[in-house]
Amino acid sequence: MSALGWLIPCALVLSGMGLIAFLWALNSGQFKDLDGAGWRAIQDDGDEPLPPER
Amino acid sequence: MGRALTAPLATADRSRPLGRAPSCETVSLVVDSMHCGACIATVERTLRRTVGVKDARVNLSARRVSVTYDEAETGVQPLIDALAREGYPAAESVETTSELDRRRADDLLRRLGVAGFAAANVMLLSVSVWAGAVSDMDQTVASLFHWLSALIAMPSIVYAGQPFFRSAGAALKARRLNMDVPISLGITLATAMSLFQTFRGSHQVYFDAAIMLTFFLLIGRYLDEQVRLKARGAAENLIGLKALTATVVSADGRAERMPARALAPGMRVQVAAGERIPVDGRIVTGTTDIDESLITGETLPRVAAAGSLVHAGTVNMAAPITIEATATDDNTLLAEIARLMQAAEQGRGQYVRLADRAARLYAPAVHVLGASTFVGWMLAGAGWETSLTYAIAVLIITCPCALALAVPAVQVAATSRLFGKGVIVKAGDGLERLAHVDTVVFDKTGTLTRGEPVLRNGDDIAETALAAAASLAVASRHPYSKAVVHAARERGVPIVAAAGVREVPGSGLVAPRPDGGALRLGSEAWVSEASGPGEAAAAGGQTGSLWFSDGEGPAIALDFEDTVRPDAADVVRRLAAAGYEVFLVSGDRQPAVAKVAEAVGIAAWRAGVQPDGKIAFVEHLKARGRNVLMVGDGLNDAPALAAANASISPSTAADVSQTAADAVFQGKALAPILETMRVAGASQRMSLENFAIAIGYNIVFVPLAVAGHVTPLIAALAMSLSSIAVTVNALRLRSRRLNLVPARRSS
Repeated sequence: MSALGWLIPCALVLSGMGLIAFLWALNSGQFKDLDGAGWRAIQDDGDEPLPPER
Repeated sequence: MGRALTAPLATADRSRPLGRAPSCETVSLVVDSMHCGACIATVERTLRRTVGVKDARVNLSARRVSVTYDEAETGVQPLIDALAREGYPAAESVETTSELDRRRADDLLRRLGVAGFAAANVMLLSVSVWAGAVSDMDQTVASLFHWLSALIAMPSIVYAGQPFFRSAGAALKARRLNMDVPISLGITLATAMSLFQTFRGSHQVYFDAAIMLTFFLLIGRYLDEQVRLKARGAAENLIGLKALTATVVSADGRAERMPARALAPGMRVQVAAGERIPVDGRIVTGTTDIDESLITGETLPRVAAAGSLVHAGTVNMAAPITIEATATDDNTLLAEIARLMQAAEQGRGQYVRLADRAARLYAPAVHVLGASTFVGWMLAGAGWETSLTYAIAVLIITCPCALALAVPAVQVAATSRLFGKGVIVKAGDGLERLAHVDTVVFDKTGTLTRGEPVLRNGDDIAETALAAAASLAVASRHPYSKAVVHAARERGVPIVAAAGVREVPGSGLVAPRPDGGALRLGSEAWVSEASGPGEAAAAGGQTGSLWFSDGEGPAIALDFEDTVRPDAADVVRRLAAAGYEVFLVSGDRQPAVAKVAEAVGIAAWRAGVQPDGKIAFVEHLKARGRNVLMVGDGLNDAPALAAANASISPSTAADVSQTAADAVFQGKALAPILETMRVAGASQRMSLENFAIAIGYNIVFVPLAVAGHVTPLIAALAMSLSSIAVTVNALRLRSRRLNLVPARRSS
């Protein structure tokens, strides 16, 4: 039973990290354009630097 | 159709403040023709190369690009022009409430994330307790797990459940019941009792059920919101792209392009032949033909000279004119139509959605059942604590999770299926109202017909004459000229642009022949004045026909008609075969309407009907107990669209009509109307099926709960299974073959 002492906090921390990652993605607008990102990844013309992320 | 139709002129002042430091503005442009990575790259590169642009970022899902630019160096119009040169028609988006809606969807997603996190952890602990119950789990460990569940679940429920609590509170305040009332009650009671039982160290702990319930319901709520947001965005894009740009001539003769809604009364606007008139106004110079079909349904153009009034949205057919914008006042046709619409829309507000009707029956039943369980066990002498536990178990089991998901899941599946076919369902309850329809009323011009002229007697005209006429016509943007060129192309006649074509305002086109004489293509009087009276090649050379003379032989009449959409007859036949009653009501003249009615096979038609007459017709049908679907595009149809039980517009419609319609379909065919009706009918049936599934689960589990045999495991299982069952059932709608079944007549 002593394993519970660290297993449960582990589970909570890991899923908490997942939640934080999700909220970060949401707040940085990554769910605003679900189609564009896939296309941008394979688009490689132009030498100009990428625009700053907004 | 211009924004000028909806926005009052004088208030749309976008003048820049002078003498201030350069400031950055951000504007959202609609670019509907973007489809892939190359489009993203082109659009962004084009904009970034435009002077004054700081940044451009495409949102492909929304088909919009957000541009940040320096106000001192550029404006919106140069950006739109730059994109147009690259082949991407763009327009400033008409964002109304969209930013607020987007924030609401984000808010739901955030709550969904938190609920998901909590649900996963609480389920982890619960499954251990369930497994432990049949093996050797210590009571103290089970108790520890319950306390941990409480710590995770309670704050999450307070945060994630707020959309339901707020909606339930608002409903109760208005002394109504909606689905959120039993949901909120179920979640709150389950949480409160679980906390109490955790204190006591008993096993009746339902934190898992409460948080899973919240999580599932939020999924439904979010999907619903997302689909609606997408539909509304697409509808706004359609309207935004119709926003007109106007060429404004200043006092010193300089011409400047600007969006129509930036026009102010008194400005002089130049309208080239073939262009849509961007604003209500009075003609200052020029004589032309005005096509008013979108306003009145009348297909034949009206002659307008200096001094006459023209309406925004009409098309200048013949010659360039200059108009002076007038303020929209209460006497205009537009104001009259707006008044009619407002009155008509009030009648529709009384529709009660299926889910709310179900809640009205269901919520009291659940509460009565819970209360009687409590009273029953008390009478049986079980003590208040046990009785309350059983009563709450009943509430949790009957908590309408599946019921609350039943309708949204079907709506989402139906709306996205239609979206794929080019039909945008805008109104939230639009599909439900469409499902009740048993009578269809069509408008003629632009709805059953394409709204653009086609050469009717092309086959009677000699090939050489057609080639010569087309050689003149290619120089003009007049719709009739385009039709001549189109007819020539179709017959495979080579078209060589004639040299020295001159457009005679209000009359036609003229070009010199190499051997002397002149080719003329234009009005009857003008052409026959040169060549003598023409031969009546077409049956009854009507007004509005074009005449052609090659300077030698007699003049030849070119007869045009507005062609019926290719599948109109088929659609009408299928509607009639399925049992719908079909009417045709048009503002056009009798002969034109009769011809179209015959061509598409509608026996009941009326011609020359004014906008208020259309409302009266729809109201008359409604009074006879019919559920009326109005299909129309013109400004004159807008009041009837608002008055009917449900309404559909083609995407070529006036923006006022598109706003009034429940659904908008794209493309040349009418078949999307059939698909919309089919899907609406099917989604209604499937919503009822889903209710049946949800209630079926209750019938199995409620007796168990009343008898006091429901464990937390059964509660959680029953709820998840019924939610999954209704969702899977709803998803079938996306690929199923459907039949057209009209609603039963209520009379």
